[in-house]
Amino acid sequence: MDTHRHLDDELSSLRDRVLLLGGEAEQALERAMYSLSERDSEVARQVLDHDDQVDHLEVEIDRQCIDIIALRQPAARDLRFVISVAKMAPVLERIADHACNIARTAIDLNNEPELKPVLDLGNMAEHALKMLRGALDAFTSSDAISAREIIKSDSEINDLYNHTFHRLIELMVTEPGTATRDARLLFVAKHLERIGDYVTDICELTVYMAEAAFIKHT
Amino acid sequence: MPVEIAAPKIEVRASEPPPQVSGGKAKVAVRDLDFFYGRVQALHNISIEIPERIVMAFIGPSGCGKSTFLRTLNRMNDVIPATRVGGQVLIDDHDIYAPGTDVVELRRRVGMVFQKSNPFPKSIFDNVAYGLRINRVTSSNSELAGRVEQALKDAALWNEVKDRLKTSALSLSGGQQQRLCIARALAIRPEVLLMDEPASALDPIATSKIEELIFDLKKQYTIVIVTHNMQQAARVSDTTAFFLLGKLIEVNSTEKMFTAPNEKLTEDYITGRFG
Repeated sequence: MDTHRHLDDELSSLRDRVLLLGGEAEQALERAMYSLSERDSEVARQVLDHDDQVDHLEVEIDRQCIDIIALRQPAARDLRFVISVAKMAPVLERIADHACNIARTAIDLNNEPELKPVLDLGNMAEHALKMLRGALDAFTSSDAISAREIIKSDSEINDLYNHTFHRLIELMVTEPGTATRDARLLFVAKHLERIGDYVTDICELTVYMAEAAFIKHT
Repeated sequence: MPVEIAAPKIEVRASEPPPQVSGGKAKVAVRDLDFFYGRVQALHNISIEIPERIVMAFIGPSGCGKSTFLRTLNRMNDVIPATRVGGQVLIDDHDIYAPGTDVVELRRRVGMVFQKSNPFPKSIFDNVAYGLRINRVTSSNSELAGRVEQALKDAALWNEVKDRLKTSALSLSGGQQQRLCIARALAIRPEVLLMDEPASALDPIATSKIEELIFDLKKQYTIVIVTHNMQQAARVSDTTAFFLLGKLIEVNSTEKMFTAPNEKLTEDYITGRFG
């Protein structure tokens, strides 16, 4: 049964890598939001500098998935796991990309006068991070029930986004001088809203992995 | 000849018959089949339906009973002394174990291809014509030649042998010999084709030809294949049945079987987690 022990080792290593990538995405988002709220451009630049490593990790995961499929021909739960990871890795990498976009916005905003805080952005980021952590936990424990709960909670981010959108439009109208900065914050809100969608994708993959059920677009 | 059955390491619970795959009309319907080698029960209460014109693969570890079960479908086990069958095997609703069954006619209708190709030490032509002659299918030489040609074409061998039909079948490569045996089985126009690991001794190219052939043949025949190669089962079959310790554990569409089987035992087997 050595072959299967090798497969188990490879699947375990793949799981470790995807969790590492998840951790990187989570950290990038956390730090990007910190750079925005604390006006710390140095931290934002660290997020951007680190992105190459995140990209590299995604490529490594891709390669590992292809190797396992080609050389081990996984079936059933193993196949679902490898396929889920192969689809999850680019999603996590995109979350990290959105974090980079937030970091870039932070650098731009930090060069301009401070706006009064738009509180919902902080709430949105907090919720997105909570969703992401929960999604990675659900993936680790193949927990489709938690994954489904997290998917439902995406509506909270959407609500916060809508609220933030209207609030920023209102600011643009009432204080036209801040419009450029408001627009930048609007992009940040959109990035956070998209991250919520990506976390939903991760949870859908976890449900597929655990139950072989396709719930995307249902 | 008693067959040693491996000591069970895995508990296989006696369960309800596995759900059947819905398909077309059942060509073969097996009900509550038990099979014994002497006092050793090799098959336990097998019930399964094999729809017409599909490929069904039987998978399972060595000694699980899949080849024994395959051979019950055309009574090939009859030639083994001290064997006993219980239950029913219906082909087109007729029980093949009913008294008075013409076993020769049964084996004409249910052809078989074995793991090791077994051409007769005769010419290529005579190998394929053999079944037609002993079954007195035709007395016309031109019709005989036509049937041989068609069988060789159906077995995707015609183009490779048409210029040397009188040479010995033993001069063919292993893969060609196996396709010759398939042609021999097809010549007498069976309705069901049983294949017991037909490609296990072949190289990947010859295996690929056999698999393509199986894919083409299912338009006309109901095919049952025993294979140890799970990728082969996944490639060629529409439905897959998993056997373990003489029991039928699961029957499912091949797609479902290899992505999300219903039974944990099936999942453990196809992911290699037994032992």
